[in-house]
Amino acid sequence: MELAYGHPKSLKPIQTKYCPGCGHGVIHRLICEVIDELGLQERSVIMNPVGCSIWADLYFDFDSVQPPHGRTPAAATGVKRMLPDHLVICYQGDGDLAAIGTAEIVHAANRGEKFTTIFVNNAIYGMTGGQMAPTTLVGQKATTAPYGRDPIEAGMGYPIQVCEMLATLGGTKYLARGSVNNAVNIRKTKQYIKKAFEAQMRGEGFSLVEVLSPCPTNWQMGAAESVGWLEENMVPFYKLGEIKNTLEAATPAATHQTQEAKR
Amino acid sequence: MAEEKRLMKGNEAIGEAAVRAGCRAYFGYPITPQNELTAFMAKNMIDTKRTFIQAESEVAAINMVYGAAATGARAMTSSSSPGISLKQEGISYACGADVPCVIVNVARSGPGLGGISPGQGDYFQSTRGGGHGDYFHIVLAPKSVQEAADLTYEAFDLSDKWRMPVMILADGLIGQMMEGVVLPPPRDIAALPRKPWAAGHQADTHRPINHVTSINLVPLELEASVRKRYERYGEIRKSEVRFEEVNVEKADLIFVAYGTSSRVCLGALEMAKKAGVQLGLFRPISLWPFPEKRIAELAAKGKRFLAVEMSMGQMVEDVRLAANGKADIQFYGRCGGVIPSEEEVLAEAYRLLGRKLDK
Repeated sequence: MELAYGHPKSLKPIQTKYCPGCGHGVIHRLICEVIDELGLQERSVIMNPVGCSIWADLYFDFDSVQPPHGRTPAAATGVKRMLPDHLVICYQGDGDLAAIGTAEIVHAANRGEKFTTIFVNNAIYGMTGGQMAPTTLVGQKATTAPYGRDPIEAGMGYPIQVCEMLATLGGTKYLARGSVNNAVNIRKTKQYIKKAFEAQMRGEGFSLVEVLSPCPTNWQMGAAESVGWLEENMVPFYKLGEIKNTLEAATPAATHQTQEAKR
Repeated sequence: MAEEKRLMKGNEAIGEAAVRAGCRAYFGYPITPQNELTAFMAKNMIDTKRTFIQAESEVAAINMVYGAAATGARAMTSSSSPGISLKQEGISYACGADVPCVIVNVARSGPGLGGISPGQGDYFQSTRGGGHGDYFHIVLAPKSVQEAADLTYEAFDLSDKWRMPVMILADGLIGQMMEGVVLPPPRDIAALPRKPWAAGHQADTHRPINHVTSINLVPLELEASVRKRYERYGEIRKSEVRFEEVNVEKADLIFVAYGTSSRVCLGALEMAKKAGVQLGLFRPISLWPFPEKRIAELAAKGKRFLAVEMSMGQMVEDVRLAANGKADIQFYGRCGGVIPSEEEVLAEAYRLLGRKLDK
């Protein structure tokens, strides 16, 4: 009897170091499920970010390259240009992508680099302990915004909507925003990731899937409460769905490639 | 049959040598005085169906190199002093992850934005591990267009052999001037040695997964990996030292100079020779590893040294360390982009020798 559902082959069967209620574990699993479905485990390279998910190379059972903080899209550019037939994934958090690495993501996207960025947006710096991120919401508290993010008096700026910002660039082909707050959104996020990976393997331009993800530890709340907070505060500002989709209508080709990869 | 001699600019000869060495990817950002190199690579890498990207910054360029080289490809970037400062983060990561690559610094004068004229003020930054953490990498300093081509070509092999970045430390004069050059033969990229540690192509061999990384949060493990790298540095110090000597046995006073300033010293040496005065030249070609053993030998023979640099005195510290108090080490330098004249260098040598300069 064929196994209908199990632990993804590309994800090592070990417990992660992530905090209870953190979204990274679910997102890792979605990536690995898609890689398994596309049969790309031995043809994938993940770029590990600096942040909590620096641990990713402990969990993903495929090759990895670890660049400096924020430089992930530049290093991924080098990897993908040398390995055009591989699946190259940039796994980036909001500090990595939207603060220190803003130049790198904008220009990699604009060049239409043919890798996929998985952008985990939890509106806070995780690993360093709850500092204000570029995606921290107005009024949201952080250790470096102790009275809440104040864009006017304190000059802390406004939360950046990364997909919308990148949508203006000619090189971007597929930009979607999912969330891991409930089963429905997790399934949708997986579909976005699959579309992005398939587009990459067809050699279309830059693709990015932003994933809204809870960080109960640094939001200083329980895991269940953090899901509610995400739904009430993040989802209204960071609209879910496909923000830009200019992919060629290539479903038959994608299906063909998937089947070929499985062989 | 040996290839005929071509008249080339230093920057272009470096580019041609890199292409011939099997460089598959070049990433650069415009900065004077190395712009001809980036333009040369744009044309030649595209023509040979290799990768060229004009990056959004020097920071991005070195990280593109890091990514490309992490897959085992020969990769290179070039810049000039302020841009090299920006690359130091990436160089530290490449050293920490043992990723080979070639970095060319066509140096200018600083600090800060400084000027665009040639300088040798980047010696400390190049030879001391210019970024954070405990590390070194090979640094080679050409004196001519021919040597710039030869050392660039060799840099790719050394980089692969020792799994570390190799820097070519030229300067604006070497980059900008034209000289005759005989180019090395093109390498067959497919025949270059495989790199089993690199990311990608796992499907070919079904090997265990590879991580190209510099992180290790366990202090004892990180210490062990740094110590292992330092053992490699010890091997490099034994086997990769390069220098050139002129008339050091007969000389009473030996110039120590590299790159452009060594050419000036050679001119002063020739002038002295005509006047019947024996001067010598010791020219380090590898700035790291520095030829400290040979300098110590000459110091033990009672030789006097005059270090000449286009800086306020950086390499001279390595000469002093090598001599370890056993010789008189003097220094003469110009900075700000000024190239010292043969006459002024000779005058300084004569002053030290207590001779008058013949007018």
